[in-house]
Amino acid sequence: MKFYKVRDMDFLMDDNFPRPLVALAGNPNTGKSTIFNALTGLKQHTGNWPGKTVSLARGTFYHRNVKFCVVDLPGTYSLLANSLEEQVARNFILFNRPDVMLVITDATCLERNLNLALQIMEITDRIIVCVNLIDEAAKKGIYVDGDVLSKELGVPVVATAARRGIGLFELKEMIFKVYSGKVKPSPRKVNYGEELEKAIGELVPRLENTFSGRINPRWAALSIISGDYSIEDLEELVKIRDESREESAYGYSFFSQLPGNRGLK
Amino acid sequence: MEKHVITLDRLPIGKTGRVAAILHKGLSRRRFLDLGFVPGTLITTYFTSFTGDPTAYRIRGTTIALRKEDSSKILVITE
Ligand SMILES: Nc1nc2c(ncn2[C@@H]2O[C@H](COP(=O)(O)OP(=O)(O)O)[C@@H](O)[C@H]2O)c(=O)[nH]1
Ligand SMILES: [Mg+2]
Repeated sequence: MKFYKVRDMDFLMDDNFPRPLVALAGNPNTGKSTIFNALTGLKQHTGNWPGKTVSLARGTFYHRNVKFCVVDLPGTYSLLANSLEEQVARNFILFNRPDVMLVITDATCLERNLNLALQIMEITDRIIVCVNLIDEAAKKGIYVDGDVLSKELGVPVVATAARRGIGLFELKEMIFKVYSGKVKPSPRKVNYGEELEKAIGELVPRLENTFSGRINPRWAALSIISGDYSIEDLEELVKIRDESREESAYGYSFFSQLPGNRGLK
Repeated sequence: MEKHVITLDRLPIGKTGRVAAILHKGLSRRRFLDLGFVPGTLITTYFTSFTGDPTAYRIRGTTIALRKEDSSKILVITE
């Protein structure tokens, strides 16, 4: 696929997105647009970025006298930036650093949906996981224990049936709480084991230096170590990757050299 | 019964196995991991198209169709 340079994507980063900013991410068909519409009502507009095939619906809502700007990101299974949709979603989260990141999941197939949630948890802390479609799940005899899930993930979980408006007030309350700092999500970090954590530790200070808070250094380190192709559009990161490949035993495509089947009996 | 490791394209219709390894490299490897083809995951051959390729598989609550060139690079354990 064609990689867009970040500078060609500055439509993602302009002043179209006043703060506080809430971004909605999720797999396709999880009810993202339904939740977006329920939150924003008629106060929305879809940006027609010239020459771009991906549009971002943007709207506002008030809760407890705060005016939140909401953006409906393209539905994706992953943040690999493997398609324009994924690239837009990832860069938006990476660079705009939303005040609240809402990850919409489908209660009927939560396991699959949590892949994206975990990927987003590696980029930002300010996450709420919304377990939507609980009405559909109930029909199938599936009940999601939000408290347990919240403990497992380290982030707040809100259950909704958005089409019927169930849970939306609670969702707005949680958005407000995370925004105002009353609730501080602390996403569980995946421990990649001694070897990889060492490599991450080597890269992080340097990445912190270069990006000085603009992007999450642990995420950047992981994407370098995993040989993630999707960082090709992030020129500064690619530069560090290529330098560290030369001088460190831990280079690019570290993951792909691993046997990959560790732990298999 | 004994455990066997076979490539996914050889898992008969209606049979279930566990993903043992992904032999894909690079981007497609990550793609399969994103789709839930993680070692240990249960996978069932669901049905095959008229021509025998692609074949639909059930994995983690959804159906995914794979071509033989891709399914032959996924190892599964059957019992
Ligand atoms: N039963 C039920 N259907 C829902 C719910 N939320 C969304 N839907 C339906 O699911 C479909 C996909 O919703 P949409 O918002 O377009 O999903 P998106 O692709 O994530 O934006 C639509 O037909 C919605 O009406 C829900 O909580 N319960
Ligand atoms: Mg939508």
